[in-house]
Amino acid sequence: MKNTIRQVFHSPKFVVGFVIFALMLLMVIIYPIISPGDPLQMISKGSFLKPGVYFSVYDSINTNSKTIDLPEANQKRLANKLSDTDKVSMVQWLTAAGVPAEDIDMEDTTSLIKLWNEKYDPTVKPEGMTMAQRNFYKRLDKSLDNILNEQPLVVSAQNQETQTLDEIKRISDTDYVNLKDVPNVKVLPLGTDNFGDDVLKKLVSATKTSLLIGLIAGSIATLIGLTLGLLAGYLGGFIDDFIMFITNLFTVIPSFVLLILISYSIGQDKRGASTVAIVIGITSWVWTTRSVRSQVISLRNRDHVNLSKLSGHSLTSIIIKDILPYIASYVVMAFILQISTAILAEASLSMIGLGPKTADVSTLGLMMDWAMSYSAHLNGAWWAYFPVILVIALISFSLNLMNTGLDQVFNPTLRD
Amino acid sequence: MSDTVKDKRPLCLSGKGVTKVFGFGEKKTVAVDHVDFEFHEGELISIVGESGSGKTTLSKMLLGLSSTTEGEIFFQGKPRDIKTRKKKKEYWKDIQAIFQDPFSSYNIFSKIDTVLLDCINMRGGRSLPMEKKVEMITEACSFVNLKFAELTNKYPFELSGGQMQRLMIARIFLLKPKILLADEPTSMIDACSRATILDMLLHLRDETGMTIIFITHDIGLAYYISDSVYIMEHGKFVERGTADEVILHSKAAYTKRLISDVPKIYEEWDLSTV
Amino acid sequence: MGKTILEVRDLKTKYITRFREDVYAVDGVSLKIEEGKSLGIAGESGCGKSTLALSLMGYYFPPLHYISGDIIVDGDNISKMNPDDIRRNILGTEIAYIPQAAMNALNPTQKIIRFIEDVIHVHEPGKTKKEIYEMARARFEELGLPSSVLEKHAVELSGGMKQRTVIAISTILSPKVLIADEPSSALDVTSQKMVIKMLKNLMEKGYIKSMIFITHELPLLYNVTDDIMVMYAGQIVEKGTAKEMVFDPIHPYSKGLMGSIIVPEAGSRDVKLTAIPGTPPNLKKPPAGCRFAERCKYATAECRANLIDSKEFADGRSYRCIYEAEKLREVYGNE
Repeated sequence: MKNTIRQVFHSPKFVVGFVIFALMLLMVIIYPIISPGDPLQMISKGSFLKPGVYFSVYDSINTNSKTIDLPEANQKRLANKLSDTDKVSMVQWLTAAGVPAEDIDMEDTTSLIKLWNEKYDPTVKPEGMTMAQRNFYKRLDKSLDNILNEQPLVVSAQNQETQTLDEIKRISDTDYVNLKDVPNVKVLPLGTDNFGDDVLKKLVSATKTSLLIGLIAGSIATLIGLTLGLLAGYLGGFIDDFIMFITNLFTVIPSFVLLILISYSIGQDKRGASTVAIVIGITSWVWTTRSVRSQVISLRNRDHVNLSKLSGHSLTSIIIKDILPYIASYVVMAFILQISTAILAEASLSMIGLGPKTADVSTLGLMMDWAMSYSAHLNGAWWAYFPVILVIALISFSLNLMNTGLDQVFNPTLRD
Repeated sequence: MSDTVKDKRPLCLSGKGVTKVFGFGEKKTVAVDHVDFEFHEGELISIVGESGSGKTTLSKMLLGLSSTTEGEIFFQGKPRDIKTRKKKKEYWKDIQAIFQDPFSSYNIFSKIDTVLLDCINMRGGRSLPMEKKVEMITEACSFVNLKFAELTNKYPFELSGGQMQRLMIARIFLLKPKILLADEPTSMIDACSRATILDMLLHLRDETGMTIIFITHDIGLAYYISDSVYIMEHGKFVERGTADEVILHSKAAYTKRLISDVPKIYEEWDLSTV
Repeated sequence: MGKTILEVRDLKTKYITRFREDVYAVDGVSLKIEEGKSLGIAGESGCGKSTLALSLMGYYFPPLHYISGDIIVDGDNISKMNPDDIRRNILGTEIAYIPQAAMNALNPTQKIIRFIEDVIHVHEPGKTKKEIYEMARARFEELGLPSSVLEKHAVELSGGMKQRTVIAISTILSPKVLIADEPSSALDVTSQKMVIKMLKNLMEKGYIKSMIFITHELPLLYNVTDDIMVMYAGQIVEKGTAKEMVFDPIHPYSKGLMGSIIVPEAGSRDVKLTAIPGTPPNLKKPPAGCRFAERCKYATAECRANLIDSKEFADGRSYRCIYEAEKLREVYGNE
């Protein structure tokens, strides 16, 4: 036993898979502790906030500011305001005005603005440019000037009595506040989703739910598969025929179709995470049964089982002591694979809208489903679906890797 | 052993028209075909046959691990009754086996101690004090030249094939059945360990008066060890008799062929006969 | 004295296990075979006899590794050749090898003649199919195999027939040395006899110049080979003619081995079987002195301390024991 465990941890494949899985598990356990709160709480109005650090504008105005004079501050401000279309127009004008193409660099906004300030002259009439176009460039130039206007901004509050606006603060372009002094800062590493929920927090909780679904479904499937396989293989005869008849029946009906039918008939309201897990579990035991049965049949004729019979041991004792330990490694492997299959099955079910009720829990499949419904992939909101895909991929990758590693340990013909 | 001595001994296990048929219709195979046999108490009987002759099927029937299609097996002169689990359990107190492959004869998950303690429990020694049990086990181990002190807390697979087979004999020594069925116990182990196993089986017979049924494909081995020899071909006994009768003065063509095909060292081995 | 076909000098090879441990399975083996002679190698399982067979081909692949020594086939030293050259120029033409399970090596989807075409194409690419067929048919008939076998698939043949077919295929190029590692152990006695007859036939007709036959069955070795070598824990402990070895063994281990022979012949029932107690040493850490010392009842402290050199007689007999041969014979006589 000890030796087996040592061998298992000698297998590089198993170790890599195990480390990935363990890291995910740790994340699921530790993250809710360091960042408590309900993952399903909407925190943003409006959907798909970009990942980043959000801090309260209100608080930052009320925070004592310091003056810092940075030379490139203006250019950066300009660059931030300038849209891509504006930049294209600027390049067009510059080219028309005869600036050589190699001097213009559209990527480098600061140098583009510098070039513009040097070359732009409203009186120049480049060839082929209409009046309307020339006016557009004048407006563009003007708006650039406005941004660079170094007049301070005035923040005022309405006086309750006089209904006049009283100035409370002037903010100049060189005012800075320390982010640490701002009391309300919200870090959203993966932004928010269509509901306005924190994606990271939801992802962690969804991973937990999905792993639980996998665990429950895997346990149920393995338990059913193991029991039926043992009975069919060891007892043989009529019981074997009967169990194999049912197993074959389940084999020919695609289990996913069965899954859809059962999930649909349960109805949206009654479908919790555990219901879905149970449904997945009772539709995916078939292959475990078949392979356990075939292994038991070959074990049944081994001499140690015959000797155990001759020693007068009872049926249950023979199954538990003489058969089960031999197939235990196989069953563990099948169990690992079942977990991974169940997680994928849940994701697939949720994607077609037959997953658990959204209001109660989040699962990886549901997150994908909602991201797809709100066209996150078309809006460029990658943070709403890509991390989910990554987690699903990692779970199934690590579990399969562990399975292959175990296979190499237990099945000497596969060793390198 | 001469016929006169043999006849005085009571019958231990005998069979009339014992038959085993597998499958039915076109796939029907007759593995054992109406065989009769009389095994006497304290006798060492060899059943010799090549692979596929039905000797293993016969041994399974003798052990009660598989049923007979036809015919009857008699235990101590009376028809054997193993219809219920309880009666089977009783029968198995009187007949035990050693199988061919020592590596598959042990549950690799149980320790040697468990294997041997189990035997004492089976003989009704469950309530004995631990010291007494250990004493019995130590005696059994020393009977087969093993030291229990070195084996305790070890697993059978840590031993060599020969040692594992000796441990099997220790198990039989503890169980003290009336009949021991040894199914090719030496075919998977080295020639040097083979002699030890054979000597121990003979010693066991002398000590306990056990009937030993020795199943083998090696006619030389059968000749060396047994009192009487049964030669089996295609599910039938083609020749039976005392070892000297069958081997040195064989009548059946099959026995003659079998003997001529085995390499000799005292006589010339005639290669022209094939 | 005939021409020396195969000579091995102090060959050492090892296995490297999965846990990076070295197992010295062949540890300083020297042997010599003359033209027309056959040599038998006997020993318990795990004594290194099968590893020796693999090592003699000079074709090393993990986990088997070459350490040192020379293998000289008909004057050419092949021990330092690279595996590709060995495969192309040595195997099949100089040395042929037949393992125990050779019969399972036949691809069941191909006819037997295809294997022969494959073998011959590598060495004589110009031959036509018709020529090859004629050659194979002639050889098969010469060896007592029906030529209809050539057109059959492996699954249509019985175990014994398959094994004989494999032997015929592997010797089709008339190799100088044939190494047969337990070629008949998985077969029933009748098929075994046919295999033996065929091997003898190959020798007599000169299709192979010499043969190394490895088995743990001593009566078989006695009937097949001219000389017998007994191997123990990676070393040769005794060598002599078959008759000498079976009826007059010198080394205590050989003595024990010969004492375990069982044959169905008059008189053999009265011979007391002897057994060798204990188990062979672990080849990961071979003992410093005589490797058999732990199991030998005549062993002394001196045996355990130093490596014992082989003592050689003029007639080619040799043994590896600290005692004089006469002394040992006297001791055996008194027992």
